[in-house]
Amino acid sequence: MKKIILFFIAITLFGCKKTTTETKNTSISQESIYNLTSKWKTQDNKTIELKDLKGKVTVMVMIYTSCKAACPRLVADMRDIESKMPKDKLSELNFVLVSIDPEVDTPERLKAFAKANYMDAPHWTFLQGTKSTVQEFANVLAVKYKQIAPMDFSHSNIISVFNKEGELLHQQEGLGVNNKETVDKIIETVNN
Amino acid sequence: MKKLYFLFVVIVFVSCSKDKDLNTLENITIPSVSTPNDVSFGVETPMVFAKGENYIPLYGKKNEAITVNDLLMDVYPVSNANYLAFVKKNKRWRKSEVKKLFADDNYLNFWKNDTLLATDMKPNSPVTNVSWYAANAYCECQGKRLATVDEWEFVAMANQDMADARKVEAYNQYILDWYEKPKTFNNEIGKTFKNYYGVYDLHGLVWEWTSDFNSILLTGESRSDVTTDKDLFCGSGSLNASDLMNYAAFIRYAFRGSVKADYAVKNLGFRCVKDTLNTKKP
Repeated sequence: MKKIILFFIAITLFGCKKTTTETKNTSISQESIYNLTSKWKTQDNKTIELKDLKGKVTVMVMIYTSCKAACPRLVADMRDIESKMPKDKLSELNFVLVSIDPEVDTPERLKAFAKANYMDAPHWTFLQGTKSTVQEFANVLAVKYKQIAPMDFSHSNIISVFNKEGELLHQQEGLGVNNKETVDKIIETVNN
Repeated sequence: MKKLYFLFVVIVFVSCSKDKDLNTLENITIPSVSTPNDVSFGVETPMVFAKGENYIPLYGKKNEAITVNDLLMDVYPVSNANYLAFVKKNKRWRKSEVKKLFADDNYLNFWKNDTLLATDMKPNSPVTNVSWYAANAYCECQGKRLATVDEWEFVAMANQDMADARKVEAYNQYILDWYEKPKTFNNEIGKTFKNYYGVYDLHGLVWEWTSDFNSILLTGESRSDVTTDKDLFCGSGSLNASDLMNYAAFIRYAFRGSVKADYAVKNLGFRCVKDTLNTKKP
């Protein structure tokens, strides 16, 4: 009898494990942002697609570098989240800042911004798109923004967390809010 | 012992049923193809020219006039028949193929199947239950685009014989009366009035997607709109309404502020516009 029980346990473990790994490797799920085929420039002037971020947990925010009001605080919020990550997990994380002002925020400018804000480590990525790719991407994040003057935008303050497959897991809304929930969610996901 | 046996069978079932879902999900997810370009689908629709002007929109940059460039606009909203032609050629926008990221479960909800309208749907009625992504892709296929909120509102200020009829009481009343009328989406295109520019159905048939609907920094919920959420939206206080009497426009902006790009809504359709050859890209 014991053997039979053991057999069942084995089936349970084995049977379930196999399918999950298969799904992970073979496809991008319907809800994944990796379905977007838009192309982006990084701060190092490399052209990438969002699916190049696959395999890591991604924390994203939309900002613009000439912003004086909320963005410095949003950027600070991102750095605060980053500082609460276990150091050995940083290589499994992407912190991505997408510019909503693609005309002004060139790769050079993004690079300078990254350096000035001590966000130059490899897990930081800054992205420049085009007017339409940024618009599409903002829609995916449900971020609202409007240009109110040549160098000034109104925008929602939302930090989004995606799992390794690019599915939206969590959004933190507001400035300087308690980020415990966000931090816990990221650590939980990265350990998965 | 038999009970224990039973318990294990149950455990096996329960713990694996989740994986079965994963399995079926795997079957319907399509491996990502790099940049699947949509192809032209042979539908030509009439467009008319609208001369660009400066005007003050309901929500703008600190009550300043904004400039709308010359543009060409579809005379009618996209019809069911037009959209059917589009999905016949572009499989990824079919009801059963569309990815959840790009359209919610209501996408083409009432269609019988991928390429067949419901029996009570008229080919010449406006297509609705389409997401922003789908509308965008449709227009791109035709070398067109969705209108911006400012462009749409600009052309929609016109009644039969005036470019800006916002102050005409009968005109505002007409729009508000429509908002109260149920199920106008079942009507056919081209049956409302022809406006100053020659465009039909901007009011009176369906609501329409705009390219930058996500620039409306409102929640769409009047009680929270009163205090602009300065924490959630940076600079929201600078975006105040210019004409507090334009109730119809308020409703439109509130509606735009309340939808998300993957929503497919029963009374929300779209039409496309195009830049004229000599206009700068917006």
